[in-house]
Amino acid sequence: MNFSWMAWTLPTALFFITIFALLIGMAVWEYFSPGGNPRVGILRFETTRGDRLFISLLGSAFIHLAWLGLVGPNLWWALALSVIYAIGVFKTV
Amino acid sequence: MEKTWNNKAWFLVLPVLVLVAFSAVIPLMTVVNYSVQDTFGNNEFFWAGTDWFSEMLASDRFWNALLRNLIFSLVILAIEIPLGILIALNMPKKGLGVPVCLVLMALPLLIPWNVVGTIWQIFGRVDIGLLGHTLEAVGIDYNYVQSPTAAWITIIVMDVWHWTSLVVLLCYAGLVSIPDAYYQAAKIDGASRWSVFRYIQLPKMNRVLLIAVLLRFMDSFMIYTEPFVVTGGGPGNSTTFLSIDLVKMAVGQFDLGPAAAMSIIYFLIILLLSWVFYTVMTSGDAAK
Repeated sequence: MNFSWMAWTLPTALFFITIFALLIGMAVWEYFSPGGNPRVGILRFETTRGDRLFISLLGSAFIHLAWLGLVGPNLWWALALSVIYAIGVFKTV
Repeated sequence: MEKTWNNKAWFLVLPVLVLVAFSAVIPLMTVVNYSVQDTFGNNEFFWAGTDWFSEMLASDRFWNALLRNLIFSLVILAIEIPLGILIALNMPKKGLGVPVCLVLMALPLLIPWNVVGTIWQIFGRVDIGLLGHTLEAVGIDYNYVQSPTAAWITIIVMDVWHWTSLVVLLCYAGLVSIPDAYYQAAKIDGASRWSVFRYIQLPKMNRVLLIAVLLRFMDSFMIYTEPFVVTGGGPGNSTTFLSIDLVKMAVGQFDLGPAAAMSIIYFLIILLLSWVFYTVMTSGDAAK
């Protein structure tokens, strides 16, 4: 099968491999610790660890966009900020 | 009753996953790939990095279209949700009136988007349209081709006409599922009409209202066909919403890279707002 129309590049492939690896990791986590670990955090509503991953990924996307719009095209600091944000979400939300 | 857990059940959702992969995931991946490259056709691509995203974020054209879209969606929700509830509350609950009302309510939903646009385009014309001609005859200056205000009013009224029925039908379904015992208890307590609505009907409609708000928000935020047919995004750019701008960019100008970057930002905004709506409406429910 020819997938050249999808115009794959190494950075985008790495991006999607990371997303899929995260999803597989979450599935493995769920297998060993079923139930999704629901809890009420600082946002005052119940979240499972799947919700926390979603909030982390969505927030990270906006952190990158905000960095791009307000600071500049060097996104390594945005990535670092996103990792800190995701750790914060998984610990407190 | 204890739920039965069987991991083989996951195979039952496999066909849906395959369908979603082909209809949503693979196209989305392709859009992400296009958003970081430039192409002049012939399947040749050149790396552009985050240039298109920077260009979009600095573009007045994008922010103006987004603002117009947000205003449109908020106006639509502010009109359609209360109006839908009001109509549903006043619809008959038994007798011949029920099927008559349900069929009348379902009619606008059965009409294809482009036909709705064409109906309102003709309806609003000053020379041959009933609405445009009548307004002109009574001295109201109405011309949706020249006046941005008239164009906005036409598109909002058209959307209300087309989609309020969906809210009505959803609310009606919620209302008829309320057992009579609730109303009898309210009557014994001497509850007012407002109290019955506030403490019985509204909480019972919560779920269907959530679906109605989400559907109407996502639909109105992605609206394309009707305004494109009626105004083509004009006069000027006054009714150019994000989707119209996106199609102009991707198909009209063949700027696939910027259009892909715009699609991703557009997608993220819809995802964020839908999640906020969903969370706000369901967390209140869970707290009870």
